Amino acid sequence: MSLSIDDLHVDLGGRPVIEGVSLSIGDGERLGLIGESGSGKSMTLLAVLGLLPDAATVRGSIRLDDRELVGLSDRDHAPLRGAEIGVVFQDPRTSLDPIRTIGSQIAEPLRLHEGIGRREARARAIEAAAEVGLPDPAGIVDRYPHQLSGGQRQRVVIATALIARPRLLLADEPTTALDVSTQAEVLDLFRRLVDERGTSLLFVTHDLAVLRRVVDHAAVLSAGRLVEQGPVRELLTRPAHPVTRGLVAASEATTWRTT
Amino acid sequence: MRRGSWLRAVVGSPTGAFGVGWLALVAVAAVASPFWTPLDPFATDPYAAWAPPSTEHLFGTDSVGRDVFSYVARASTTTALVALASGATALVVGVLLAVLGSLTPRWARDSVAVLIDVLVAFPTILIAMALAAAFGGSLGVVVIAAGTGYGVNIARVSRAEIRRVGREDYVLAARAAGVGALGVVTRHVLPNVAPLFAVQLSLAMATSILAEAGLSFLGYGASAETASWGRLLSDLQKFIGVHPWSIVWPGAAITLTVLAFNLLGDAVRDAGDPRLRPRAATPADRPGVVS
Repeated sequence: MSLSIDDLHVDLGGRPVIEGVSLSIGDGERLGLIGESGSGKSMTLLAVLGLLPDAATVRGSIRLDDRELVGLSDRDHAPLRGAEIGVVFQDPRTSLDPIRTIGSQIAEPLRLHEGIGRREARARAIEAAAEVGLPDPAGIVDRYPHQLSGGQRQRVVIATALIARPRLLLADEPTTALDVSTQAEVLDLFRRLVDERGTSLLFVTHDLAVLRRVVDHAAVLSAGRLVEQGPVRELLTRPAHPVTRGLVAASEATTWRTT
Repeated sequence: MRRGSWLRAVVGSPTGAFGVGWLALVAVAAVASPFWTPLDPFATDPYAAWAPPSTEHLFGTDSVGRDVFSYVARASTTTALVALASGATALVVGVLLAVLGSLTPRWARDSVAVLIDVLVAFPTILIAMALAAAFGGSLGVVVIAAGTGYGVNIARVSRAEIRRVGREDYVLAARAAGVGALGVVTRHVLPNVAPLFAVQLSLAMATSILAEAGLSFLGYGASAETASWGRLLSDLQKFIGVHPWSIVWPGAAITLTVLAFNLLGDAVRDAGDPRLRPRAATPADRPGVVS
């Protein structure tokens, strides 16, 4: 599925947070979106989902294949979420409902979009849990989030995002909240699943080392504007914009410390 | 969530077991007593006044020779009706105002918040007494006054909690999974606030029993033909100097029922949160190599 964002502007209570961002991801392509905190990465993602805060106003165009998403009512937007667009959020400690079982959360997009029954939902949830490498899939679907480790929870979030076979996956810093060794495992899983299914991917991060493992192309965002775009290798070795240079330097500093 | 484990968790705690046990007893008495009590609860017998507890009069008799046990049993119907009706009213008023005051557009939720604050400022007992003065005392007045009064309190406490839960990541994640604006409220927000509702509801039911007893004691509640613990307490307290033990029965009935509601509310809250629920050890808890 292709996503093309054209001259996107988002104002939040009169303050511009995204100013004229244009991006495009072809069918099965993977694009990284990097930038410092507050550069508008997450806002771009929320704009695609149609889940910006009430105070936000959006101008420009976001097209999913041939459908225009800007100006779509929530009623028309909701059926796309989970079914055509999957999302993995940053912090698995807070993105799972504490009082619902793992199985019911993994299967939620299926129940909503395919209207399947409880038994089949459970079977599909177990299948999905096995696919993301959760231990004891048949038992883990009856557990609650607090009984799982951070890495396991993020696998649950990934399983939820992919269970309805969306053709576009959005990831908002999916490994930032994990420790380094878990990070590598989750990234490998991520890459494998996206490869297998040919899902288009928009991968948001501030960490270039992470980016390099998952995508080949990336766009750099700063203060709501797109400042640089190109192959990741290029951005890492010959960063043109000062912001990109700053991010590369920061990532090298982290790499030194962790290896 | 599986129903079985939830119920087991409620009854499994000592406080929950006591709450369920005592309220079940009250419920049985409430349902059975209109049809059968050991003796007629309203029959007077001047020659049998102030009989001590015996096999015939389990709790003894009062100043006009009524059988106190039968009367206390018969009055449990009134208590149960008041508690259920007030609780239901309070829950509807509370949830409605709390949701309107938290998940609606800003202008609407701010006006509802002001309305809640204004309503909270009216003392429930005074509203009940004013209504009783205008329309005559009845259980309906007690239910309306207590139900809306405590409903507003529930709304006030839950509003902030609903707003907090509404901003949680898992609510955004649920929306991103395709759950609609209304579905996210019923499937994720309210269930996460439900433990708070359970505590508030049990408190509302307990206090409505006290309000009924208090209003009947003052003469604003149940009419003379309706048996009520509060009315019995007020009848007996005139003789407290001579027959102090007699007031123990209605007093204990009120106290134990209120206590049972409060303890049950706590047990339900703890059971509603899987993190607080006692559980069997899972493989992850055991030390050793993990995959």
